[in-house]
Amino acid sequence: MARRETPEINAGSMADIAFLLLIFFLVTTTMDVDTGISRKLPEKQDPNIKPPILKEKNVFEVNVNRRNEILVEGEIYMKIEDLREAAKEFIDNGGGKDENGEECTWCEGKKDPASSDHPKKAIISLQSDRGTSYGTYIAVQNELVGAYTDLRNRLSEKLYGISYTQLLKDKKNNPKNQAIKDKIDNIKKKYPQIISEAEPTK
Amino acid sequence: MSKFKKRKKGMPGISTASLPDIVFMLLFFFMVTTVMRETDLKIRKPQLPKANQVKKLERKSLVSYIYVGKSKDGTPGDKIQLNDKISSIKDIKSFVFAERAQHSEEEIKLLTTSIKADVNANVGTITDIKLELRDVNALKINYSTLKGSALDNMKN
Repeated sequence: MARRETPEINAGSMADIAFLLLIFFLVTTTMDVDTGISRKLPEKQDPNIKPPILKEKNVFEVNVNRRNEILVEGEIYMKIEDLREAAKEFIDNGGGKDENGEECTWCEGKKDPASSDHPKKAIISLQSDRGTSYGTYIAVQNELVGAYTDLRNRLSEKLYGISYTQLLKDKKNNPKNQAIKDKIDNIKKKYPQIISEAEPTK
Repeated sequence: MSKFKKRKKGMPGISTASLPDIVFMLLFFFMVTTVMRETDLKIRKPQLPKANQVKKLERKSLVSYIYVGKSKDGTPGDKIQLNDKISSIKDIKSFVFAERAQHSEEEIKLLTTSIKADVNANVGTITDIKLELRDVNALKINYSTLKGSALDNMKN
């Protein structure tokens, strides 16, 4: 009886073939997500408008020369490892008042009158040389952005019991939640990220 | 009729005939979802710097790429690649306009330029690119980096 039936084609090995293909595709396709430091370029300035006059104590000057050395405030050569702490100290100083005459109540800095007045007034100015290597430039930018992120995290942790990075993640997951958005805006307002880039030296 | 007179003894084997279907379904899923958009590089593959304060780039269709690196034949200086050919700084403006022409009016302000530059490129080249981009009002940029410690960049 069994001999008379047409023998079935063994489909068991079909799975092997398909698996082989599947594994090939899994291995070869690289799902590389593009990551990077996002920046917004300043708009083109009208040459007739004079730049606002800033107090020198409100500007944190970072120079990077063509030998990739970092000079801070025109006098201290600093290692990249120390840059973040120095920037944090400067931003968080809170020695004076902002333009509305309010003191920085959330700052935990030294309140040194010779350093920045208020996070809203503190400006980080970055100047590099044309010959600076791109890697160094990115490292410096990264540390400066990192200083702001650290401060924002700390404030957010204190106000809402959740880090700023986590808030941003939550916002991505439910973009319509107004409460999260308000929290983010509040923290951004308290520690605005002001990094200005000067034209590089030739 | 003989087909219906099967033995009823023993455990029936589980049919594996549908297994390939399942696997093929997975296969097709992966084939369709993975985007193989590779522009072949005319310059030496840039070794991206590392950073940890990174953001993910979303909506890849809105991103245009500028590559900066050394040329393959070893001529000195940084080379810029836009799309598929090595270009000069002056071509960036027309490159941006060409990218804009492919998108609708409301998408234009969301367009981002991603700069994929080598760790050892000069900041001068990057500045020139930024000035050109600023001239045409393409203000959103992204320095493409790998995830990692930024301190490693200094070791090169």
